[in-house]
Amino acid sequence: MIEKALHGSKGYWTWIACLLAVIAIGGAFYVQQWNYGLGITGMSRDVSWGIYISQFTFLVGVAAGGLMLVLPYYLHNYKEFGRITILGEFMAIAAVIMCLMFIIADLGQPMRALNVLLYPTPQSMLFWDMVVLNGYLALNLICGWAILHSEYKGVKYANWVKPLIYLSITWAISIHTVTAFLYAGLPGRDYWLTAILAPRFLASAFAAGPALLLIIALIIERNTLFKVGQVAKDKLVTIITYAAIINFFFLACEFFSAYYSQYPSKMYTKDYLFFGLMQDGNIFNNLVPYMQASVVIGIIGIAMILFARSRKSDILLGVSAGLIFLSLWIDKGLGMVLGGFVPNPLGQVTEYYPSIQEVGITAAVWATGFLIVTILYKVAISVKLEKEL
Amino acid sequence: MKKDRRDFLKLAGCAAVAGVGSSTAFRSLLSGEAEAAGLKRAGTSKAMEGTRLAMVIDIKKFHQHRGLAERCIRVCHSIHNVPDFGNPKDEIKWLWTENFENTFIKDTHRHQTQSLHGMPVLTLCNHCDNPPCVRACPTKATFKKDDGVVAMDYHRCIGCRFCMAACPYGARSFNWRDPRGTDEHGNPFIDELNPEYPARGIGVVEKCNFCTERLAVGQLPACVEEATDYEAMFFGDLNDPDSEVSRVLREEFTIVRRASLGTYPSVFYII
Repeated sequence: MIEKALHGSKGYWTWIACLLAVIAIGGAFYVQQWNYGLGITGMSRDVSWGIYISQFTFLVGVAAGGLMLVLPYYLHNYKEFGRITILGEFMAIAAVIMCLMFIIADLGQPMRALNVLLYPTPQSMLFWDMVVLNGYLALNLICGWAILHSEYKGVKYANWVKPLIYLSITWAISIHTVTAFLYAGLPGRDYWLTAILAPRFLASAFAAGPALLLIIALIIERNTLFKVGQVAKDKLVTIITYAAIINFFFLACEFFSAYYSQYPSKMYTKDYLFFGLMQDGNIFNNLVPYMQASVVIGIIGIAMILFARSRKSDILLGVSAGLIFLSLWIDKGLGMVLGGFVPNPLGQVTEYYPSIQEVGITAAVWATGFLIVTILYKVAISVKLEKEL
Repeated sequence: MKKDRRDFLKLAGCAAVAGVGSSTAFRSLLSGEAEAAGLKRAGTSKAMEGTRLAMVIDIKKFHQHRGLAERCIRVCHSIHNVPDFGNPKDEIKWLWTENFENTFIKDTHRHQTQSLHGMPVLTLCNHCDNPPCVRACPTKATFKKDDGVVAMDYHRCIGCRFCMAACPYGARSFNWRDPRGTDEHGNPFIDELNPEYPARGIGVVEKCNFCTERLAVGQLPACVEEATDYEAMFFGDLNDPDSEVSRVLREEFTIVRRASLGTYPSVFYII
């Protein structure tokens, strides 16, 4: 099947070449980081995790978001999603690989990464994150490939695949829950120490994942003969809208707890992220424009996506899904992790700005993800079109 | 009372759940001493047994003897090959001073006596009885020794910095650069290498180790030794009622940093 990725239009190859160029630039930056150390990034003693770990966290959500296509089809027999579940599974594969790459990029001693296996430590949430992420990657590779291959052969998939699909559905929940537990179990970090973190992670994941998928599906529709189908698109909009609204509801709950209780350490980080934090006459607010924009963009996106559905406008649909995705990316892929370090445990504020090298490496990992998605989707679409035409 | 199969299964299920609850993995999450008021979950008890090394710092003595804190820091950093990168972003510190109001941020108030406000207080790893960093570490590179010291294996650390996020005291530093390297003018980051203690490599976390290498040969921690003549620091076994720390803790009013977090620090402060 993989040979289908080797035949494509000029546009396809241009896209691949662009991605490879970004990967090459990022690779060169990584060599620099390897030689100099992580000091080449904007991270510091106070803000000890930066955009690598925040991208990782966000992308675990994108991976888990594929569940919103797999679950209706396999558990509720929702036939309209039959054509796109494979897209959800393949997106999960790319997202998890990006997650693993971001973790490796963030390690001070990447050559020792396998120490996590050599000295398994069940009391560490990072150990469990390693288990669930690699497990989820394996499940999606096996299920996605087996199902597509049987379609390619023109037969129904083997019976042994079914239990693995059901397992992958519960597993998707686990990856984002465990990732939230990385943060939600630390006594000294008040912004993260909240029981609603895992539910909020899941809500934002179930909006961001399908939103990205919808955008990609619309692009595929425009460029190939593949059709997602109006009913499936409408249903995706419903899922994205509900999940995005629940995410904002959870955010509002966080705000209520903090500001009504007036509990200082619950307010500081939210002050820093959304309003600016003042200390000794200095105002720290470098993330405020982004976080405020995140809320505004998200609300506009939700209103717009419903409007787009009523108008049956694919362009509007794509734009509004993009807005929702951007809103959730800012919220989780930027503010969630970086904010947790401000103020530091001693009440001091250090602001973080990523370095050029850091941004380059981050872009390269995203490009790798898009490359994997492109290749996998090319194979999947080619197989499906071959069978249908 | 008639017992049928269904009841038996219910009972078996409950027993299984209880079994999970009392397993060692779960128990490891219940470590640490009890609250000051003696509160603990029913059915759990932790005997004060074995050694638990602790330190008492008298902040008034350090205030009286200006420069003593700096001397303690200097001796600590020089014997442990702590590099100086010359900027706060990459900074590595085992023992350092913070203002009183930052050290005790959640346990003080803005109308504190002027003599305390801005007073430099020595801070270091608290060698918690219930350390969040040990819980977080995915490779056991950070671990608690039998004597209560929270130690590190620099050769196992993968540099994920989960422990830095977990530490509520900002006690951990990361080698963002190669500590054995030199700056752009060719000056080494470690002035004079002490061959008695390993210098770290790039990309690992480090922190105060309570001078575990000195304890092993019967010496006091270097900072405590430096402060001995001034009776500004005390060190010993918290579980031994005859130890010096136990005596000082009995006699003086002491506090620990952020007691409400349940980490049970082993570093106490006389205010």
